[in-house]
Amino acid sequence: MAGPHGPLALLEYAVKKPVFNCQMCGQCVLHSTGMTCPMNCPKLLRNGPCGGVRPDGHCEVKPEMRCVWVKAVERAPKTPWAHELNDLRPPVDNRLWGTASWRNFLTKRDKQVPKGWRVEA
Amino acid sequence: MSRLEDALAAGRFVVTAELLTVNAGGLDAVRDRFEPYEDYVDATNATDNTAAHAHASALAVAIALKQLGMEPVMQLTCRDRNRLALEAEIAGAALHGVENICCLTGDDVTAGDEPEARRVFDLDSIQLLALCSSLARGTYLSGRTIDPAPRLFLGAVENPAAPPYDYRVERAWKKVRAGARFLQLQVGFEPQRLAAFMTEAVETGLATACALIPSICLVRAPSAFRYMDENVPGITVPSETIERCESAPDPEQACFDVACELAEHARSLPGVSGLHLISFRREAGIARLCQRLSIPTRSEREMSGYRRPVAV
Repeated sequence: MAGPHGPLALLEYAVKKPVFNCQMCGQCVLHSTGMTCPMNCPKLLRNGPCGGVRPDGHCEVKPEMRCVWVKAVERAPKTPWAHELNDLRPPVDNRLWGTASWRNFLTKRDKQVPKGWRVEA
Repeated sequence: MSRLEDALAAGRFVVTAELLTVNAGGLDAVRDRFEPYEDYVDATNATDNTAAHAHASALAVAIALKQLGMEPVMQLTCRDRNRLALEAEIAGAALHGVENICCLTGDDVTAGDEPEARRVFDLDSIQLLALCSSLARGTYLSGRTIDPAPRLFLGAVENPAAPPYDYRVERAWKKVRAGARFLQLQVGFEPQRLAAFMTEAVETGLATACALIPSICLVRAPSAFRYMDENVPGITVPSETIERCESAPDPEQACFDVACELAEHARSLPGVSGLHLISFRREAGIARLCQRLSIPTRSEREMSGYRRPVAV
């Protein structure tokens, strides 16, 4: 994770770190993943759980942690954005780490994808 | 068209195998590994640093397989390379006529013997599939043109036996939407999990949208089951299976019988397009399993248009 860049990012971090363990990727998808931050997955998976989830639903890499995707799949149906769970999320734009996802959302910077990225949503 | 794609398009039952890892020994070492089952398989997987242990690269092994007349499936994981390196691997593979690419997330570095390594995961397996689809359309991720576009036949892996169980088919659908045409399902020792996955796969049309190929693992000793259960992420071996093999008069035969039973069960499930066979030893276990299940050789399957026996 990257430290927050600038006052808005700092504010976002102060709000989201304690609640969601926000990693400041700058392209937040929390709402579509059951309010579970996928950037807490050690493999940074934004499109669903890997095949290594333990039988108790815990993480292959961090046995003490519940798989973020097990949580996401459980919680998403209870949110208003349930239909977004299976979106094909594009690769992370690594230039955005540490920036305020709130600003990137308003400016639609977080919607920019590489030209060759063409998939249905 | 790749031989694997051709067989699946024709509706024939396919058999793929996983090549034992290669570290040295030139092309002979590669040939030695697939020779015992060469006659039975449509394609052989070149693995990409399996279980996060370094070996000769999947690209190099896939090219070697191609040179030796064996159809390769190049596995590609997201653990060790960023998107630029992945694009280079795929374009490089296509340059040598390697068309089948199997996209995986990859075991974490902590599962391997160099756990201090940096993990990459710049993409996930679904993004990697979409990246491959982009290349197959003739552009790099940036949009820069590749002319002519490489011919690719894309696949991935899904694990019916890892939580969240009810979500696995949905995740497999994401892979299909990203471009997967075949899924080699992770090795499993709990037939009921595979059966549940396949039932949903048939109901939702997944089994027609892509080829579903369950994996069967052949081991020679019950200790290998125990090792997998304890150390391989995402694989559970029921204790009854292990105990049954341990207490058998001939444990090696018992282990083989377990594999045959699982293979027989997998093959009997509606929607299954073939089997992916994995053996941790060099012996002819894969060929023996095919013989036990009366699966004809590849050339016989091609001649007869062999489909799997349908239970009546």
